[in-house]
Amino acid sequence: MSVPRFWRKIPQRYNLEGTHCETCGRYFYPPRNLCPDCRREGTIVNHTFKGVGKVVTYSVIRTASDQFSALTPYVLAIVELEEGPRLTAQLVCSPEEVTIGMPVKGVFRKIGAEGESGVIYYGTKFAPM
Amino acid sequence: MRDVAVIGIGCTKFGEWWDRSFRNLFVEAGVSAIEDANLAGEQIDAMYVGNMSAGRFIEQEHIGALIADYAGLASEHIPSTRVEAACASGGLAFREAVISVASGMSNIVVAAGVEKMTDVDTSLSTDALAGAADREWEGFAGATFPGLYAMIANDYIHRYGLTREQLAQVAVKNHYNGARNPIAQFQKEITLSTVTNSTMVADPLRLFDCSPITDGAAAVVVAPLEMAKKFTDTPIKVLATAQASDTIALHDRRDISTMDASVAAGNRAFKMAGLERKDIDFVEVHDCFTIAEICAIEDLGFCKKGEAGKFTEEGATALGGQIPVNTSGGLKSCGHPVGATGIKQVCEAVLQLRGEAGKRQVDGAEIGMTHNVGGTGATVAAHIFGRG
Ligand SMILES: [Zn+2]
Repeated sequence: MSVPRFWRKIPQRYNLEGTHCETCGRYFYPPRNLCPDCRREGTIVNHTFKGVGKVVTYSVIRTASDQFSALTPYVLAIVELEEGPRLTAQLVCSPEEVTIGMPVKGVFRKIGAEGESGVIYYGTKFAPM
Repeated sequence: MRDVAVIGIGCTKFGEWWDRSFRNLFVEAGVSAIEDANLAGEQIDAMYVGNMSAGRFIEQEHIGALIADYAGLASEHIPSTRVEAACASGGLAFREAVISVASGMSNIVVAAGVEKMTDVDTSLSTDALAGAADREWEGFAGATFPGLYAMIANDYIHRYGLTREQLAQVAVKNHYNGARNPIAQFQKEITLSTVTNSTMVADPLRLFDCSPITDGAAAVVVAPLEMAKKFTDTPIKVLATAQASDTIALHDRRDISTMDASVAAGNRAFKMAGLERKDIDFVEVHDCFTIAEICAIEDLGFCKKGEAGKFTEEGATALGGQIPVNTSGGLKSCGHPVGATGIKQVCEAVLQLRGEAGKRQVDGAEIGMTHNVGGTGATVAAHIFGRG
């Protein structure tokens, strides 16, 4: 798969920048520019997350698409950030290490590349704390 | 609104059809549905075609027109529309057909579903299916479709103590039923150890927890109930059609192990039909993975949250049980040609209600339900049927 070009320009991926609704207090990552609770009444501002959270659930991916097949087996998880929102990310730990509820922190990593000499893109993975 | 009935059904055998084309498959299903309804092609007012990803699987778009053309209807210029909602594409195509007839805009409408998935390698099909989830925020991180359901399974196991054997029992039961269905891709029974010893795909889901990559097509014909008797002695009445949506990404759900769209679509369907859970004689649920069937029977209200494992283990969902689930063999044993599955479920409901389901017949079945999920639950279609 080739990734849409604009993705590499999304700074939110690199440093966990999301959004915050000042009207109701909810935090969003991935970022949203419309609050699902307040909708047009919501005031959305940018927010940089601390990058700490815990594992809600996980799996160990053993069959992947070409783009990720060299990484298998890798640990994929849903992480709940301290501020509330949840996101899907890889964990940089062994399959034996991961448990539900495990505290993790965000780390800047290469996520994948388009083919062998293609464009590299980066993002956030999570490591055990 | 007018009452609507299903007057004809047709389905190809599901499987790996390397020697047959996409158009060849849907023509077979469509022709058998039209023959079953004793119709002539020119009597058709409209078509809705469920298809998830022909653009990725066979590099063909514009499926609505292609199907009308190869069904021999180009000269009739009937409206033909593709409906896409990932694995719920078929269920939504059926719902659009029912709405079209109920509204009075059309009389005779064909709802079809088709997918040709084996023309690409596993890596590409894995990638195409991952498009049913959030490509930007799940796929980007390396989420595969089995991987997302595996995260549901681990959450469920952690919170409700589901055992490996209970999960495997879903597959064993569905293969037992599929062994009695001539259109199923896998027509052989399996044991618990077949599942628990199969290759790990995404922990804790093994190969036999997953529905396969499949080619196939299915079609049904719907008409106003008042006209149905002109075509068939056994019209099957559509008692309810419901649809619901939810967040595209699994991580944004209120509860990872509950598909709120299933809960909503189920509640809407029961309300529309004026029926209760105990009135349902059998249900076809979306078991793309064994854990999906566990969640589905709870979300639709056939047993309490957290109890579906025990419910399955005790045989409540087997043929002859309290509520037979996936008498067709489900996606697990029939195969899962994604766009066709929702229509195949309707075909099974009609066969059961006509009393034509052979060795898997539910005795005296009068009311049946279907449940078709797109992605990890971002779209759900639910339908209830009764004898006309
Ligand atoms: Zn808000």
